[in-house]
Amino acid sequence: MTADDPRATPRRTRVVLGEAAARRRPADRTRSDLAEQTPVGEALVKGLMRAQLALALRLALVVVIALGALPLLFAVAPGVAGVKVFGIYLPWLLLGVLSFPFLIGVGWAYVRWAERNEQDFIALIRRPEQ
Amino acid sequence: MNPYLVPGLIVVILVTVGIGVYGLRFARTTSDFLVASRSVSPAWNAAAISGEYLSAASFLGVAGLILRYGVDVLWYPVGFAAGYLALLLFVAAPLRRSGAFTLPDFCQVRLGSPTLRRLASVFVVFIGCLYLVPQLQGAGLTFTTVAGGSYAWGALLVGVVVTANVALGGMRAITFVQAFQYWLKLTALAVPVIFLALQWQSDGRPLVTPEAGANFPVATTVVIEQDATVGGVPVEKGQQLSFEAGDAVPVVSTVDARFDADWLLPGGDGSLFVTYSLILATFLGTMGLPHVLVRFYTNPDGASARRTTLVVLGLVGTFYLLPTLYGVLGRIYTPQLLMTGRTDAVVLLLPEAALGGGHLGRLLGALVTAGALAAFLSTSSGLLTSVAGVVFTDVLRAGRSGSIRDFRLATVLAASVPVLLSLYVSNMDVSRVVGLAFAVAASSFCPLLVLGIWWRRLTDVGAIAGVLAGGGASMAAVLITVLGPPLDGWVADAVGQPAAWTVPLAFLVMVVGSLLTSRRVPADVGATMLRLHSPEALRV
Repeated sequence: MTADDPRATPRRTRVVLGEAAARRRPADRTRSDLAEQTPVGEALVKGLMRAQLALALRLALVVVIALGALPLLFAVAPGVAGVKVFGIYLPWLLLGVLSFPFLIGVGWAYVRWAERNEQDFIALIRRPEQ
Repeated sequence: MNPYLVPGLIVVILVTVGIGVYGLRFARTTSDFLVASRSVSPAWNAAAISGEYLSAASFLGVAGLILRYGVDVLWYPVGFAAGYLALLLFVAAPLRRSGAFTLPDFCQVRLGSPTLRRLASVFVVFIGCLYLVPQLQGAGLTFTTVAGGSYAWGALLVGVVVTANVALGGMRAITFVQAFQYWLKLTALAVPVIFLALQWQSDGRPLVTPEAGANFPVATTVVIEQDATVGGVPVEKGQQLSFEAGDAVPVVSTVDARFDADWLLPGGDGSLFVTYSLILATFLGTMGLPHVLVRFYTNPDGASARRTTLVVLGLVGTFYLLPTLYGVLGRIYTPQLLMTGRTDAVVLLLPEAALGGGHLGRLLGALVTAGALAAFLSTSSGLLTSVAGVVFTDVLRAGRSGSIRDFRLATVLAASVPVLLSLYVSNMDVSRVVGLAFAVAASSFCPLLVLGIWWRRLTDVGAIAGVLAGGGASMAAVLITVLGPPLDGWVADAVGQPAAWTVPLAFLVMVVGSLLTSRRVPADVGATMLRLHSPEALRV
């Protein structure tokens, strides 16, 4: 075996204090619960999933009610479709213009709240052991 | 022919190839080719996703549909944008955290079933082709409409440019190309619309729907495309009809369009079922489009996948404000399209029709044509990358250690079928086929992704049964619509817009099938769910 052989010389690694500290961290209980799939860890992940899914479903419901009801509304009450706002018929204004900022607004709210849910989860896991 | 046209198109193709070659310098490993090494920033990535997503159907088709049918079809652009909200709410971050390359990879990660993986590959290739063929056809039709060139050459040219670009640069190059093409497409619609609006002002704001019906703004000669009756008088194919400025636009019997003033109001021929089916297909179909999903693997982590999706929603939403204006102004300046039925050409023809044949009108006409070319190029590049990715990993079985040469071979294989198909099948309806691709995606991959991400009790048998039932039914509906005889009544609605029954069917079969085979729930489902849902900061 020559010195050039990669098997002979182990790959150079850079040792950084932060990494060593990070490697030590699984020692804390909540984190290892998570990693080892104990009932506690499983319950924690289920809680996060439930929070995220509830958030997504709630916002989806907002969109379904706001946009999904429009075809039915126009069919049931044709008078509504004939209303003019700023010289534009209401259906054109609602669908062609306002629906897009509405969708973006819902998306923005979701990103904000979903990230908050994750922050809460991280805080829960990293909480120092009592 | 417009003198600015050829230079404009050449510039678009040269810049596309140029950026592709520039990107080639960064593409070194197979992973670079497939997913851009996951180091693309959210802003670039979002522009690239939008550039890839806004296809011929968005750039040309939406305005054409609005010109024809009015407010009812505004659900197309709303649904095309809202699809990204559904993707954001239910799929974006967990999908990125799954660490899979392609949709079949996701099946492998979540359920570990080779059969499901193969089934998913079949659907990726089917949806990819279904989406790719109309793009190439749109390219061919644009060459015919604008340049008077032959259909086959247009389709072939775009096919070759796209294949070369994907094979040489892979997705890393494609990311830059796509991002450039989003901004090109937005500019190509936004700049002319300013001049069009000014022209409309200076023409004294003509009514979109005059009391007496639409009329010709200038003297026009219309060539009839099919034997029909015009205002009760029979005409033959190829016959030329001349109209003076101010003449009313007559109704042509063979063209399906809304000619009178109730074009402004909802509730045309489309039943409520068709509207809701369209909403379901577009809202849920986006998350199942293979070329959209593959892009999410280029985000560095789940949180940035979410932010990227939000930016995409903004970019796509901004773009979709514009085609509506083209459709509405087309009603005033290009009413002859209602007689020929070639409404898809409205975006291409409107600048010259409204602004006259002077330099400004021609320059803007060349700009929108360049934008249309960008639309074909970018969408077909993205589709080809994802279909080639699946052919590379699942058909050639190269695995992740496969060579770049294998990926190039996969690209050529994946491109040849749709290119040949687009040469032989030239009269398929472009926007309808794209809508059908959404319906198939919504009834196969949407339930698979949503249940796979959020429901622990999903099993491989349930997933396979659901994809076969929903995806298979919508696939059959597509084949009947495209190849079969014309249908009537509610059967036509149910087959022409299948999503309203195939999506619930897929979900139902998937859930029931999984509950019946509950012993097959993967043993590692807890670990998988942890990986899908926990923030990267906690990775252990």
